Amino acid sequence: MLPTPDTSHVPYQRVYEPAEDSFLLLDTLSSPSETAFLTSRFGNNINTTISTSSQPPPPPPPLILEVGPGSGVVIAFLTAHAQTILGTPHVLACGVDVNRFACAATAKTAARAIAEAKDDASSSSSSSSPGAGFFLDAVQGDLVAPVRAGMIDVLVFNPPYVPTAELPAQPQPESEAEQQQQQQRGTVVRGGRDGMETTDRLIAALPTALSERGCAYVLLCAQNKPEEVKEQIRAMGGGGGGGGGRWKAETVGTSGKQAGWEKLQIVRIWRDYDGVAADTTGS
Amino acid sequence: MKVLTLNFLTCAVKDCKSSNNSFPLHPKDAELVYDDLEINPQLLVNVLPRVDWVALRTTSTELGFPELPEQPPTVEELESDEKMLQDLHKLLMETQIMEGKLVCGNCGHEYAIREGIANFLLPSHLV
Ligand SMILES: [Zn+2]
Repeated sequence: MLPTPDTSHVPYQRVYEPAEDSFLLLDTLSSPSETAFLTSRFGNNINTTISTSSQPPPPPPPLILEVGPGSGVVIAFLTAHAQTILGTPHVLACGVDVNRFACAATAKTAARAIAEAKDDASSSSSSSSPGAGFFLDAVQGDLVAPVRAGMIDVLVFNPPYVPTAELPAQPQPESEAEQQQQQQRGTVVRGGRDGMETTDRLIAALPTALSERGCAYVLLCAQNKPEEVKEQIRAMGGGGGGGGGRWKAETVGTSGKQAGWEKLQIVRIWRDYDGVAADTTGS
Repeated sequence: MKVLTLNFLTCAVKDCKSSNNSFPLHPKDAELVYDDLEINPQLLVNVLPRVDWVALRTTSTELGFPELPEQPPTVEELESDEKMLQDLHKLLMETQIMEGKLVCGNCGHEYAIREGIANFLLPSHLV
């Protein structure tokens, strides 16, 4: 079990408190199937000093981004345990949240979790190198709008709707403009088809936002009709720099077993290149 | 906000996505602070291939740093040049824009940075 980041500093009257949905993400992202998947895409077995020039260069560090990190517990967990989960400590992490307080909370949660991971590594007698990645920033924004196309290697999205009737209090707006923005987004959170409006927009942005090796983890609940959502994703086209690849969407990890909640599940979305070359040669 | 982060961001306005002028965003009235972070040479060496060097040169100059070379250093150059490693570490990882604005070169929109957090939310007429 990897330690859960400390979020005791987070002002919960202004920022979503971590709940079952967050913990399901932590469990799933650190489950054997997902660490194997992520390590196969991004891991590079760094355990020596600077590589010598005779070796092939390691894959460039993945950019991992959480949309709507809230307290920051999930992105902090991924960053602090980068070596274990992604197979490399060379990970760049960031967050985008509409809520300014969530941005501040996320940066602090990540900094604390990374410091703790480094302490643990240095206090253990083993020769294990610190396995924490590098946290860049959390910026205020709408989904992936501020991020350059094709940059995101791992995207995590826990949508702002919750499958209970209770909604967290909206943070206090600081200006009229922010108040307007929050009102706009408030209607999105509360209404819309199956509570899917925001998630639909995010999924539609994936072919442009993700890198060729990129993948996304999106949390859905039963009322989102996850089987239909997955079928839609598999039918997506576009993106990928013309490199082909089929869109895949599968429920992963320990999804769907949360007692007392409407069933939650995490869907992994990625491009699969297996068989693409064979298809193009007309086999 | 770190200079390295700026290298991954662009204008949030949809019509600006296809314009070369929307990246990099241009810092304006930037107040900088410098974090004291342990240098990680391996991470720097690995990060460099995914940094847009032309954009970084622009940002670096606009923030008042000495001009960067036209070409990014090779792995061998970095490994043998302690000062270049230190300089890049300071620029990419340690330098933070705490207050100021980021201006889009295409539409002119200004994104505010306050207390180190950039705000990319758009007013409703630009959404
Ligand atoms: Zn613009």
